[in-house]
Amino acid sequence: MLEKALRGSKGYYAWVGLLIILAVVGLTAYLKQFDYGLGVTGLSRDVSWGLYISQFTFMVGVAASAVMVAIPYYLHDYKTFGKIVILGEFLAVAAVIVCILFIFVDLGQPTRLLNIILHPSPRSIMFWDMCVLLGYLLLNFIIGWTVLGYEKKGFPAPRWVKILTYIAIPWAISIHTVTAFLYAGLPGRAYWLTAIMAARFLSSAFAAGPALLILLCLILRRFTSFKTSNQAIQSLAVIVTYAMIANVFFFMLEVFTAFYSNIPGHMVTLQYLFAGLNGSNNLVPFMWIAAILAFLGIILLLIPRVRRNEKALILALISVFIATWLDKGIGLVLGGFVPNAFGLVTEYVPTVTELTIIMGVYAIGLLTLTILYKVVIGVREQTEVGDISPGV
Amino acid sequence: MMNRRDFLKIMASLGIGSALVLEGIDRIGTAADTIPGSKNLQAGHWGMVIDVSKFKTPEDIQRVAAACHKYHNVPEINDPQHEIKWIWQEDFEHTFAELESEYLSEKVKQMQFPVLCNHCENPACVRVCPTQATFKRPDGIVAMDYHRCIGCRYCMAACPYGARSFNFFDPRPYIEEINSAVPTRTKGVVEKCTFCMERLDKGQQPVCAEASGGAIIFGDLSDPDSPVRKVLRDNFFLRRKVELGTGPSVYYIIGGGGSNA
Ligand code: SF4
Ligand code: SF4
Repeated sequence: MLEKALRGSKGYYAWVGLLIILAVVGLTAYLKQFDYGLGVTGLSRDVSWGLYISQFTFMVGVAASAVMVAIPYYLHDYKTFGKIVILGEFLAVAAVIVCILFIFVDLGQPTRLLNIILHPSPRSIMFWDMCVLLGYLLLNFIIGWTVLGYEKKGFPAPRWVKILTYIAIPWAISIHTVTAFLYAGLPGRAYWLTAIMAARFLSSAFAAGPALLILLCLILRRFTSFKTSNQAIQSLAVIVTYAMIANVFFFMLEVFTAFYSNIPGHMVTLQYLFAGLNGSNNLVPFMWIAAILAFLGIILLLIPRVRRNEKALILALISVFIATWLDKGIGLVLGGFVPNAFGLVTEYVPTVTELTIIMGVYAIGLLTLTILYKVVIGVREQTEVGDISPGV
Repeated sequence: MMNRRDFLKIMASLGIGSALVLEGIDRIGTAADTIPGSKNLQAGHWGMVIDVSKFKTPEDIQRVAAACHKYHNVPEINDPQHEIKWIWQEDFEHTFAELESEYLSEKVKQMQFPVLCNHCENPACVRVCPTQATFKRPDGIVAMDYHRCIGCRYCMAACPYGARSFNFFDPRPYIEEINSAVPTRTKGVVEKCTFCMERLDKGQQPVCAEASGGAIIFGDLSDPDSPVRKVLRDNFFLRRKVELGTGPSVYYIIGGGGSNA
C-alpha cells in the first residue's frame, strides 16, 4: 500500500519536499547538540526539562485522543465516524513517533537509550511510559494498516483486529495517565503534585487532539478527495467543546485549592505563571493568551449556530488548540521548575538550535502523517470507485 | 548483602528479643561489619551532622566546598545555568524556606548553611531513575553509575533539594587538576555528592568532614554509640523538608552547644 504515497500531485511533492528539508535542517541542529551536549539548549541546572519534554507531554495527549473517535465508533457503533476512525489512528501513530523523538533528543547520553530496557526499573514511571507508548504505537499501526489493507481488497477486517481495537481504548487512556504520573508523583514539585493531573491531562488531550483532527479533516476536504461529512465534524466539535470545558474546570479546581488553602508552595507557581515572581515574568503573556483563547474557543463552540459556521469553527478550534498547547506544552512543564528547591526563580529561554531541533522533530511527525494519510486517501479513492463499503 | 540492621530485625522476628541478647548481637554485629585486617569504614546507615555555628565565616564553608570539588574532579564552571556543585552554601531563608519568619534573629538570618545531597532514606531520585543508574546502597549512600546514566534528568526533577547537577557539556576542560583517585564525568550525565564512598572504603573520612575542622561530623546513624548519634542526642537539630517523607541523612544543628565536640 505504501506505493500510494509515492505518487501525487505537484502540491503533494512540494509539501513532502518542504518537510524533508525541515527535517534535515533539524537533524543538522541535532548533530550539533549530539556533539557538544545539551549546553546548546536553554536548559539549566534549575530548569532541567524544557520544550523537548513539554512537547513530548503535549503530543502524548494528541496520540491518546484517537480514542475519542474510537469509542463512539467501536463501542457505540456510531457509524458517522466510520470513515475518519483511521485518521485518528494514524494521527496517533505519527504523534507517538514525535513523542519518542522528543524523548530521544532530550537525552544527555542518547546512545545509551537501550539501558531503559537492559536495566528495567519498574519503580520508575518512565519505564512504564516507554512500555505503554511503544505498545500504543504498535496497536494503532497494526489496526490502521490491517483495516486499510482489507478495505483495499474489499473484505471486512478480521476479528482479531476488532479485539485489538477494544484493547487500544483503555490503552489510550493509560498512555496519558502514565505520562501524568511522570509529574504527579514527585515530592518536591508542588505544581505537579496534584491528584487531578491525569484527569487534566486527559481532558486537555481530548480537546486538543480532536480539534487537530477536525482541522486535518478540513484540510483534506479542501485539498484532496477525502471528504469528511459535516455530521462527523460537528460531532467531533461537540467532543472538543465539552472536553475543553472539563479542562478549564479542572484548572479552576487547582486554582481554588491553591488559593483558598493559602499554602505558599501551591500558590507560588500559579502566581509566577499569571503575574510573575520577583520580576521574572517570561511566561505571563503566554498564560494570559492561553486563558483568553480557552474562553473564546469555548464560547464559540457552545453556540450551535456559530459552531456550524466553518470559519467560526476553525477559529474556535485553533483557539482551543493553542490554549491547550500553551497551558500544557509550555506552562505546565516549565512552571513546575519555578521556584527551584531554594525558592528562587530561574527562567528558561530556548535557543535557536533547540527550536530548530523541535521544528525538525515536528517535520518528521508531519511527514509520517502525510504519508499515512496519503495511503488512506489512495486506498479510499480506489475502493470508492468500485463502491465497496468498508466494514470492520 | 545483609547489613546489621536487617540482621537485627530478623533476629528480633525470630523472638530473640531481650535487651541483653540484642546488646550482645549488636556488638558481634559491629565487629562482623569490618572485614578483619582491612581498614575500610562500614555502617548500617551513613549520616552527617553539620554544626553550622562552627562555620564562623562564609569562607569557612567555601574552603570545605573547594576541598570537596577539588578532590572529586568537579569542574569549575562559573555560570549558574551550567554549573556543577556537590556542596555549597545557602542562607537560612533558602535552606529552610518553610521556616522563614520576619522575626528571625539577625544571627540566624546571616548564618550560612552548607547544602549537599541528603542521601535520603526514601530517595525520590532513586525511585524515578529508569536505569538504576542512581541507586541506594545498603549502607544508605545514594550512589550513581555514570556509565549507565542516560541523562534523562528525571532524577533532577524528582530531587526536592536541588542536589543534582547535569553535565551540559564535557566537564574536563574545566577541571584544573585531575585527581586520578576518583573518576571524571562525561557530558550528558548527572552527578552529585557521593558521601566520599571511595574514601570510606580506604578507611578515610569524607573530604568535607576532614576539612571542616570538626564542624561536619560523619558516622553511622544506626549505631547509638557513634559520634553522630551522640551529637544528635545532645542537640536540637533540623533537617531539610522532612515533611516530604524523603528522610534526609544530613542533620543541621545551629546551637553550637559545648557537648558536641
Ligand atoms: S537529596 Fe536529592 S539527590 Fe540526594 S538522595 Fe535525596 S533525592 Fe536523591
Ligand atoms: S539522568 Fe541518569 S541518574 Fe538521573 S534518572 Fe536519568 S538515568 Fe537515572
